[in-house]
Amino acid sequence: MKGQSNVPLQNAGGVGKEPGSSPAQVVNRPKPPGRTKHLLTLVIILLLLWASAKQTDASFTELFEGFPNMLDLLREMFPPRWSYFDNIVQGMLETIRMALIGTTIGAIIAIPISIICAGNLMPSRWIYYPARFLLNLIRTVPDLLLAALFVAVFGLGPIPGILALAVFSVGLIAKLTYETLETIDQGPLEAMTAVGMNRIQLIVYGVVPQLAAQFTSYVLYAFEINIRAAAILGLVGAGGIGLYYEATLGFLEYDKTSVIILFTLVIVLIIDYVSTKLREKLL
Amino acid sequence: MMKNETSRIRPKPRKNPLRWVIVLLLILVYVWALAGVPFTGFKETAGQIMKAIVAGIFSPDWAFVYLPEGEDLLRGLLDTLAISVLGTVISAVLCIPFAFWSARNMSGHRSISGAGKMVLSFIRTFPEIIMALLFIKAVGPGSFAGVLALGLHSIGMLGKLYADEVENIDYGPSEALLASGANRMQQLWFAILPQVMPGFLNYTLYRFEINVRSATILGVIGAGGIGTPLIFALSTRNWPRVGIILLGIIVMITIIDLISGYIRKKLV
Repeated sequence: MKGQSNVPLQNAGGVGKEPGSSPAQVVNRPKPPGRTKHLLTLVIILLLLWASAKQTDASFTELFEGFPNMLDLLREMFPPRWSYFDNIVQGMLETIRMALIGTTIGAIIAIPISIICAGNLMPSRWIYYPARFLLNLIRTVPDLLLAALFVAVFGLGPIPGILALAVFSVGLIAKLTYETLETIDQGPLEAMTAVGMNRIQLIVYGVVPQLAAQFTSYVLYAFEINIRAAAILGLVGAGGIGLYYEATLGFLEYDKTSVIILFTLVIVLIIDYVSTKLREKLL
Repeated sequence: MMKNETSRIRPKPRKNPLRWVIVLLLILVYVWALAGVPFTGFKETAGQIMKAIVAGIFSPDWAFVYLPEGEDLLRGLLDTLAISVLGTVISAVLCIPFAFWSARNMSGHRSISGAGKMVLSFIRTFPEIIMALLFIKAVGPGSFAGVLALGLHSIGMLGKLYADEVENIDYGPSEALLASGANRMQQLWFAILPQVMPGFLNYTLYRFEINVRSATILGVIGAGGIGTPLIFALSTRNWPRVGIILLGIIVMITIIDLISGYIRKKLV
């Protein structure tokens, strides 16, 4: 929010809100945005909220009426039926596999794409602007939607899940990488150009060493996100532990559902912890 | 800077003695991962369906944009937007106490703020779509379940970001106020809030961008928004309709990102 430009006029208008301050001080100080602006913002937000509440049929009476149902649900979820654990280990392993392969494929594809998107490595903006535009388009589609699409194309199973995660990872890793690429030190590149290296040599010897640690860190970050995503892709039939939610919820076996949720939480927390430690070491 | 003699005898960068072990482990992990995927080749219809979807995206079902009797694209997108607006606002309000709880400089002891951070990361790891499944059981299928799920899930991330913002505040203004005799409420209102507000708003808008994306998929499980017609169109193989819905989602998210990015740039 910028201060108004009519600073010199402020004395003449006599708007000074603090009576104690001397006029000389007031002149140099940017005027805070007027009360009407705050009021207008508030009114707009309230209107937006009211319209949204109307559109979604949000009602607190419904929430309060539904609250006992939810408590019942939570009561049925505990104690968890630990014996179900044996049934879902395979599903969990499949989830981890999917995330691992999807992230790897995505990371490999992201390398050339991020180079194409980087303004300092490409000769013309006619290459990198369209590439970035396409990358942004990919990033707008949520991973579960991608999975639903790929399930329609390739059928049920982990393959569509892997593909969805791969596409999603390309969007994420390529964006982070090309933004880092644009901030790399130009010195080595100029030195290499001066001794007559071509563009490929430039990338291999000048760019890769500067980028390797950050790139690995981004891949690990994508892996963390993909583990979470892979855990729910099963809801649309794309493999992994998510398949078991529908199976248990459909039969109202909430004590089994809670085992799935807890198991997923533990795995995600472990992988997050390991990955965060690794990333701290890398950078 | 190094002298010439020293640079000549500079040793090669030391290599990690364990790197072969790490490489071997990585190879083993990948072998395990790849061996576990039942790769039986693609369905023979895959190519056809792919073509149909691409064709659907390029010749979308424009009639679906607005249907007088409802359940059309515009209303679906509006629903999605409404879910994300409400969800974001609910979490932006609810996460404030969590943020002050888990900020190290506000809680009395490290263990208190640590506990707050634990709670927040627990909420964060709980996927919104699973929360939506649980809320559907409570309030029935529909947009409201989606609103509640987003509102609860976003607390995890927003609370953490808010807490980071609170931890970085400058104590100068609030000490100055204290010296001139302001009470705690006045300090909070005139010294702390003005400092954290821009950051809070920035993160809230960022989370709003994420929530719009999440809200598009909530419909997959029946929690309102554009996801429901999309899943319906996918299962009835109505590719032109899939195309128009995808286009609608992409356009909506791009516009939201542009607006929100513009406001955030002005804030910071």
